[in-house]
Amino acid sequence: MSEAAGQDFSATLRSSAANLVSQLEAGNFTAAMRVIHEINAAREESLYHEVGKLTRGLHDAIVSFQIDVLSRGGAGDRVSEFHDASERLNYVIELTEKAANKTMDMVDDCMPVASQLGEAAEKLRGDWQRLGKRELEPGEFRELYRQINDFLEYTLNQSSTLHHGLSNILVAQEYQDLTGQVIKRVIGLVQDVEDSLVSLVKMASAVEDAAGISHERDQQGESPPQPQARNASGEGPQVNADQRPDVVSGQDEVDDLLSSLGF
Amino acid sequence: MDKNMKILVVDDFSTMRRIVKNLLRDLGFNNTHEADDGTTALPMLQKGDFDFLVTDWNMPGMTGIDLLRAVRADAKLANLPVLMVTAEAKREQIVEAAQAGVNGYVIKPFTAATLKEKIEKIFERVNG
Repeated sequence: MSEAAGQDFSATLRSSAANLVSQLEAGNFTAAMRVIHEINAAREESLYHEVGKLTRGLHDAIVSFQIDVLSRGGAGDRVSEFHDASERLNYVIELTEKAANKTMDMVDDCMPVASQLGEAAEKLRGDWQRLGKRELEPGEFRELYRQINDFLEYTLNQSSTLHHGLSNILVAQEYQDLTGQVIKRVIGLVQDVEDSLVSLVKMASAVEDAAGISHERDQQGESPPQPQARNASGEGPQVNADQRPDVVSGQDEVDDLLSSLGF
Repeated sequence: MDKNMKILVVDDFSTMRRIVKNLLRDLGFNNTHEADDGTTALPMLQKGDFDFLVTDWNMPGMTGIDLLRAVRADAKLANLPVLMVTAEAKREQIVEAAQAGVNGYVIKPFTAATLKEKIEKIFERVNG
């Protein structure tokens, strides 16, 4: 579309140029001025045409972003999708934190039960082995009988604590499903934004071509960020560690690296 | 290794602090304290006679690497054993931490066994 408009203009320019030269050679300055005026008019027309298209594209892009200034003022209850996205991501943090704490609460409940069961069984085992060797006095046997009874009762009670804890841990994993859905939607939004931005850039460069605008590339802005400066604040978890040579892929590689440094 | 030694766990995520504290408790260390970044950790270290520092790298305020440098620059704290437990996995970062004087480096996600091994190794070297 924009190329077509650009070609129209360059076709006009080409034919007018030949006309201009022949008028000039003939010494017909009034006609030459008229040709120049026509070239100018054609250029402006093609420029306005492209600017119009850019404006429409921009409008469409903005609409597809669903940034509605009026609704943000409180008149409507729609909020911008960006605002929504950051709220969703905060929700992910909240959900994962809750799930982690719930799981750890349950672990805190279950761990003492597991160690008490182990300790009680350990205590009984000694007497139980002596019983096997017929070394127990009748009084000790009655005591062992009572202890085993207590142990069975405790096991019965506490198995429900363990069961309750473990099933709560299981349920707490639902965060994965919920956060996955939220993150997928945010990824979708980011992709939409990227697509729209790419088409905006394309449109802008088409307009520049049509208008014959050229500008110096901004050299200053293109120097890469200093790695040292980035390091101090950290990068967070590496998502594709095995595809990056500058990143270790596990604790073993950390250990190798440190031992090569004399650790 | 003194099981009563005073340990400071620094991480901006409370769940990670809790995980590290629980693992330390399982290893028999009960005297643990928490801070959520370097800015709160440093004054605690300066007046708190801590025996061991476990810190994350990436935190708002003061990062773990800056905290490590501040610790090494402080005459009173210069010999404090420091274990870094972090998701930062770039080689140059690990080298940077080593140069800043870290005693051990564990990358997340980690296991209880790794944490135990690194802590034991640090105190072997410190006491030996």
